[in-house]
Amino acid sequence: MKKGISLLAGAALVALLAGSAQAADPIKIGVPGAHSGDLASYGVPSLNAAKIVAAEYNARGGIMGRQIEIVPQDDQCKPELASNAATKLLSDKVAAVMGHICSGATKAALPIYNDAKVVSISPSATTPALTKSGENPYFFRTIANDDDQATLTADFALKKLQVKKVVYLHDNGEYGKGFVENNRVQLEKAGVETVLFEAINPDAVDFSSVVRKLRRAKPDALFFGGYQPTASKLVQQMRRDHVNVPIIGPDGLKDEAFIKMAGKDAEGIYTSYPSDTSNLPAYTKAVEQHVKMFGTQPGSFFPNAYAATQALLNAIDKAQSTDTVKIMEALRSESVETPVGTIKFNAKGDPTGVGLSIYQIRNGKYVEVGHSITLN
Amino acid sequence: MQRLIKSALVALWFVVLTFPIMGIKINTVTHSVDLRSDRMLMLALGIFILAAVWDWAFSRKSRGLPVISLPQGLGSSLARFCGSASVRRGSACAVLAGLIVMPWVSSLYQTNIMTSALLYIMLALGLNIVVGLAGQLVLGYAAFYAVGAYTYGLLYQYFGLGFWACLPLGGAMAVFFGLVLGFPVLRLRGDYLAIVTLGFGEIVRLTLQNWSTVTGGPRGVSNIPRPGLFGMDLTLEMSSTYLYYLVVAAVIITIIVISRLKNSRVGLALQALREDEIACEAMGINLTRVKLSAFALGSCWAGFAGVIFAAKTTFINPASFTFMDSAMILSMVVLGGMGSITGVVIAAVILILAPEYLRAFSEYRMLIFGMIMVLMMIFRPQGLVSGERATYRISALEGRAGKGEGA
Amino acid sequence: MDFQYFLELFFGGLTRGSIYALIALGYTLVYGIIQLINFAHGEVYMLGAFTALIVAGILGFTGFPAVGILLVAALVAVVWCAAYGYTLEKVAYKPLRGAPRLSPLISAIGMSIFLQNYVILAQTSDFVPFPRLIPEFDFLEYIDYIMGPSDLVILVTSTCTMIALTLFIHYTRMGKAMRATAQNRKMAMLLGIDADRIISLTFIIGSALAAVGGVLIASHMGQVNFNIGFLAGMKAFTAAVLGGIGSIPGAMVGGLVLGLCESFTTGYLSGNYEDVLAFGILILILIFRPDGILGKATVQKV
Repeated sequence: MKKGISLLAGAALVALLAGSAQAADPIKIGVPGAHSGDLASYGVPSLNAAKIVAAEYNARGGIMGRQIEIVPQDDQCKPELASNAATKLLSDKVAAVMGHICSGATKAALPIYNDAKVVSISPSATTPALTKSGENPYFFRTIANDDDQATLTADFALKKLQVKKVVYLHDNGEYGKGFVENNRVQLEKAGVETVLFEAINPDAVDFSSVVRKLRRAKPDALFFGGYQPTASKLVQQMRRDHVNVPIIGPDGLKDEAFIKMAGKDAEGIYTSYPSDTSNLPAYTKAVEQHVKMFGTQPGSFFPNAYAATQALLNAIDKAQSTDTVKIMEALRSESVETPVGTIKFNAKGDPTGVGLSIYQIRNGKYVEVGHSITLN
Repeated sequence: MQRLIKSALVALWFVVLTFPIMGIKINTVTHSVDLRSDRMLMLALGIFILAAVWDWAFSRKSRGLPVISLPQGLGSSLARFCGSASVRRGSACAVLAGLIVMPWVSSLYQTNIMTSALLYIMLALGLNIVVGLAGQLVLGYAAFYAVGAYTYGLLYQYFGLGFWACLPLGGAMAVFFGLVLGFPVLRLRGDYLAIVTLGFGEIVRLTLQNWSTVTGGPRGVSNIPRPGLFGMDLTLEMSSTYLYYLVVAAVIITIIVISRLKNSRVGLALQALREDEIACEAMGINLTRVKLSAFALGSCWAGFAGVIFAAKTTFINPASFTFMDSAMILSMVVLGGMGSITGVVIAAVILILAPEYLRAFSEYRMLIFGMIMVLMMIFRPQGLVSGERATYRISALEGRAGKGEGA
Repeated sequence: MDFQYFLELFFGGLTRGSIYALIALGYTLVYGIIQLINFAHGEVYMLGAFTALIVAGILGFTGFPAVGILLVAALVAVVWCAAYGYTLEKVAYKPLRGAPRLSPLISAIGMSIFLQNYVILAQTSDFVPFPRLIPEFDFLEYIDYIMGPSDLVILVTSTCTMIALTLFIHYTRMGKAMRATAQNRKMAMLLGIDADRIISLTFIIGSALAAVGGVLIASHMGQVNFNIGFLAGMKAFTAAVLGGIGSIPGAMVGGLVLGLCESFTTGYLSGNYEDVLAFGILILILIFRPDGILGKATVQKV
């Protein structure tokens, strides 16, 4: 039995050696993310995006005469699976990685890429510490991080809503709590009073007590950190209790499902989200390609993943090398026209050139209210 | 014939029962109702067969026959074969040899998966002390695992302590928590105890989540270092392999300790406790001491496993220690056979590796876990491998010289 | 003003508490008769909400009036959940009668995991919006600060259900047989009570009550998913233990006390530790007064 395995391994080794002897072996790009499980709807669009961009390059003859090969690896957004996925990709000898999708998974995987000195670009991991801590020199992302969202929402609340005292509620998740904490820091600096800062359990059978507490606090605005199912429950309870303070949330509330779920109660809610780029030619082209290749409209984070793959392949192309240092140099110096804008990356790995806007739900649609920032 | 009619009726009942959830899917996008008749047919067929087997199994069970039995000759020769010491030693050596060469013949990925599987074996063996040997159902085992993991994570973050310093500390912390929980619950009966431990597990998780200033809250603790080897700078590949061997060693130590423990005074007292608490007390066993030692031993292992887990993933957050994780470890113990080391090891390997290699299976993983727990309780409560127990023969009564013999 | 705030919290806690009480009744009935913690009870509650959602979804296309949809959906959910409860007992618990005490509990945990994943696979793991079916009541205009239409519906329905249950237990033959079986199963069997039937009946009633709770909360919160049963089930179990498990008035009192405790803690202190409070109460009660507020002290006989 054991003999069989080692024989097999030997054969595989020989095949591998023979493979690398050929000049035109493909450049492998690892694409880890949630490809199955509850969060698959966040991961699959990114995989599709990577396939589309790779196919485009391959049709033009690849890079340095080599084809691009996408190596998918499922992590279901779970940290423990993510580290397995990352090591699997490394043992597949990928040149660079486009992923992971969720912040938790990314956190677990990054030490492995750091050790192996492999570049990774996430389309959707927004935890600020990933770039800000300085511990992940080979990490990049094409999405604004949560601090930027909070900068925008805090600025909006101060200038447009002129808030004096606010309430912060969060779902005790990393994403939700991080968002409200960041807002709190920035608003308190500007002299805004915090009247309530509390966690709510998304699974609770009733939110009336916390909503009544909120009503008694009489805030000028409510910052909610969390995802849309919790928000929709909270909003419904608030409207039932006639609490009509403006609600400001992170991009987790910018989801059509939220409007479907909360119905007319969702009216008037503000969320931050990347600026609408759907009129950019790169965006229309990417969507057309998706429709052509997969027959459906693309899903969440598709433009970001498309941009990430574009930036990565462009960097490899410009550097004419799969060497990590050269790829990183090219990522920082070469601007790329992508569906999320013309971007390159700063020293920390965050994108520059990506815009963030405040949206409001009006008549069942997300509408930009004309308050935005561009990252640099 | 009667059985078939009965099965058909059962199938019909289940079709009606599951019709709303299984058979109807409301499409909110197109505002239409999809009838899933294909699913219902499959279900009806499946239930029909299952019901027939179920009925048959029960008729066997009620006649006192084992549900699954091997043909007489084969069964006994297999038993003799497995029972013989040389075969046992041989197969143990083969498994060990396989484990040792594994990192060199397979990829890093396989090694990593194997490390996770071995960690679960360790956890399951630890829980087996409490549930399998002592019969105290603990539903919050993941809490002790979390205590171990956070001990390492936080001691590293605040005091820079390394893996080797934290390994005993993690175990000690877990024992401390085990005793904190153990003292008050001493007088609780089986199912109350189960619920208290479940509540305890949730409280530990919620505290880790809420107490952000110390534990990092939902953000968790990241960049925990992997264990070092005499200060050498290890590459990822080397440190994973190193960690793998560490876990192999840990599992071997666990197995040795537990098999020693089982036939020791404490171990026998634990098993007596499982069978009958009151009789146990009447025999002069100090219940308090025995129960507490069961808690201490069980949680200690979870603590060790937690420290290793933190070192392996390098990132921990409260979401890794939910009730479902506790339930998963429990189902390994249940499937393996309460009190049996071999059984628990086999069960842990099956339950962890099967979903990893059979991707199609992974979606049904938890469904099958749940089903296994029910079916095992009904048809084979003693587990895959029933807990082998030492039997003592008093030779004087048999009129022969010689000492008592363990089998 | 402050008294008004007190009232707001009080009624919020009452709504929450009466849901806990409805689910707690299922735990307590079953425990009273076969001394089993029916761990899968929270899942029956979830199945109730899902069944109602599907029925309401279908009727929603037909243009039925909202109140009619709510009633039909609730009725179907109650009937189907009763059937689920009945089947659950036959499949997972009946074969284990007479087995060591832990076996049925493990089987129940297995069933709970199974049912959650059954719903994930058959329907979805996402949150699904539940249609708003509870009408607005004009007369609530003056007190809608403390009570909305869904709170009123929850309070009225659960009160009626609990009164009906109490009457049933006390004045019907079946109810008397149930009480007899709970007191002493062997004796009841000697007196010609079919214990198997009584046990089935207990599961049916408990599950029907859970279904009512499921439908009420689903329409109150406006959404359902596969996981809603876990926390609600745990809280209800806490309520049952708090009131004295096995005691029917105990479950009601326990539910209300827990609901009020949670509401006041959130209102006057902090909501961060709302669940820690509930689990803490559970542990403390089990350790120091396992018979709860209204339970009878039991002595383990050898």
